Amino acid sequence: MNTHADTMNDGGGHVMHKDPEGAKTGMWLFLFTEILLFGGLFIIYAIYRGMYTEGFHHAAGELNILLGVTNTVVLLTSSLTMVLGVSALQRRKRGLAQLYLAATLLLAGTFLLIKFFEWGAKRSHGIFPGMEHLHDLPPGEGVFFNLYFMMTGLHGIHVIIGMIVMTVVYNRIQSGSITHENQGILEYSGLYWHLVDLIWIFLLPLFYLTA
Amino acid sequence: MESTTTLSAEYAHEDHEESHVVPDRTQFNVYVILILLTAATVFASVKFPGPIGIGTALVVTPVKGTLIAMFFMHLKYEKPVFVIMFLVALAILALVMGLTILDYLHR
Repeated sequence: MNTHADTMNDGGGHVMHKDPEGAKTGMWLFLFTEILLFGGLFIIYAIYRGMYTEGFHHAAGELNILLGVTNTVVLLTSSLTMVLGVSALQRRKRGLAQLYLAATLLLAGTFLLIKFFEWGAKRSHGIFPGMEHLHDLPPGEGVFFNLYFMMTGLHGIHVIIGMIVMTVVYNRIQSGSITHENQGILEYSGLYWHLVDLIWIFLLPLFYLTA
Repeated sequence: MESTTTLSAEYAHEDHEESHVVPDRTQFNVYVILILLTAATVFASVKFPGPIGIGTALVVTPVKGTLIAMFFMHLKYEKPVFVIMFLVALAILALVMGLTILDYLHR
């Protein structure tokens, strides 16, 4: 690859070496490891689904499609606000970028809140990892719910990490240490957030729709 | 070559800059399509549970993923090498998935 690092003077006599393309490549490599991480879980799902088709079918019927779909719309919307935020900063509209970032954060929080109530409802029915009731369910249903909590839980952790990253970026835009000149940090946070959305897009049919 | 989008955007003047940023209108259209595709998948799986519902999800979900990767994640506007890298990662996943499933089917 013919990446050429650009040098910039930061004004204080220091020469800063910037290589946006290298940074972007690194971010993408990290995202690939994320895809493979979730991919491993998709394989486990596929095999157990093949083994317990009936159990998966019945267990999936217990999940609330409306909540799953609502959360999909929430995440898709947050992806839109994120991408508009990145564009806003690239156009040097700092305040607008912050507004979009705040909206993204709010939507991410909404997603987690819905997930929280969804998990809580399952828990009150004795369906939660480690609970005795899971062992008494017909074959495969316990496996389905354990996979459900494992995969949406891991995804939820990613949402929380994304929110932390967005908060940091928001504050750094506020303090002026992220501007349109080094907007890469916001752009790569955006890439991460879109991946979180992308993974959810695949989780929705797996657990809510097609089983 | 349309390769150095954000790179050159940093040094471009105000009037050149706009052209390197994907228009908001485009991203909004992509969003609307994503919502419609979601609605179609949900409708199919609720109305026609079974092969039709599953088939729809199996076809539509990767399309949605591709739209997110191409537009929201900017792959459409990056150097081809990023797309190739992405496809290689997916190929590795498909390979591992295929081999594992074959292994389970033939024990």
